[in-house]
Amino acid sequence: MTTLTINFFASLREELGASGETLPLPEQVTNVAQLVDYLVSLRGERWAALQDNSRVLVAVDHTIVPRSHALRGDEEVAFFPPMTGG
Amino acid sequence: MILVQTQDFDIAEQYRSLREEAANAGAIATFTGLVREFYEHNSGSEPRVEALFLEHYPGMTEKALADIEAQARARWDVQACRVIHRVGELRGGDQIVYVGVASTHRGDAFAAAEFIMDYLKSRAPFWKRQSTTVGAQWIESRAADEAALERWATKESDKISKSEPDVPH
Repeated sequence: MTTLTINFFASLREELGASGETLPLPEQVTNVAQLVDYLVSLRGERWAALQDNSRVLVAVDHTIVPRSHALRGDEEVAFFPPMTGG
Repeated sequence: MILVQTQDFDIAEQYRSLREEAANAGAIATFTGLVREFYEHNSGSEPRVEALFLEHYPGMTEKALADIEAQARARWDVQACRVIHRVGELRGGDQIVYVGVASTHRGDAFAAAEFIMDYLKSRAPFWKRQSTTVGAQWIESRAADEAALERWATKESDKISKSEPDVPH
C-alpha cells in the first residue's frame, strides 16, 4: 500500500502539536483540499486551521501547489505558514 | 552555488570564489543580511532580540533556492552566483544571508542579486522565530515582502510563458 508523508512546519506545527505523520490515502481523497477535510474529520476542529488558504501554504514533493492539486497517494505533502526568510 | 548551513560565512572568501568562477566578469554585486538587534513588535515597543531561530524545510529549501537562481539566470547575464542562508540559532548582529552575483555589467549584477533576495524572503521555506526580553514569537510574513515581488511580475510572466515548452509536465 502506498502512503503519504505529511509534514507541518513552524507556527503551524506548534498550533497542531504535530510535526508530521504517514497516512494511507483513502480512496475518496483525490486532491489536497480533500486531504485537508479528511485530516480535520480524523483529528478534530483544531485542525480546521489547515483549511485557511491565506494562512497555510501547501507543498507537494517540495513544490508549492494549489488546493486543487491531485494526489496519487505516495507524495510528501507539507503544510506551513507564509515564509519569512532573508 | 547554494548553501544552507548553521555556521557563519566569510564574505571575502565568497568574493574571491565569485572572481575565480567568473573570470570575465565586469561587475560583482553582493548583499549581506544581518539579524537586527531590535525587531518590530506588534505592541509598537522595540524589545531587544535575544535570539533568532531559523527553521527550514530540508530538501525543499535547496530546491526553492535553486529555482530562484535559475529564474535569475534566465533573465539576466549571470556568470556566477552564490547564495548562503544560515539556519538554526542566531544572535542580534549575526550574518544571516548572503547573495553574490557576478555579471558582465553592473545592471545585471544588481538586478539579479535584488531579485534573488526578494524571492528568497517569501518563496523559500524559511521561518523566523524570535526570542525577546518580552517572550518568543514566530515572525509574521509582511505585505511589503509580497509587494516587493510585484515589480518583477511583468517580466516574470513573459519569462514563464517563454519557458513553458521546456517544462516536462
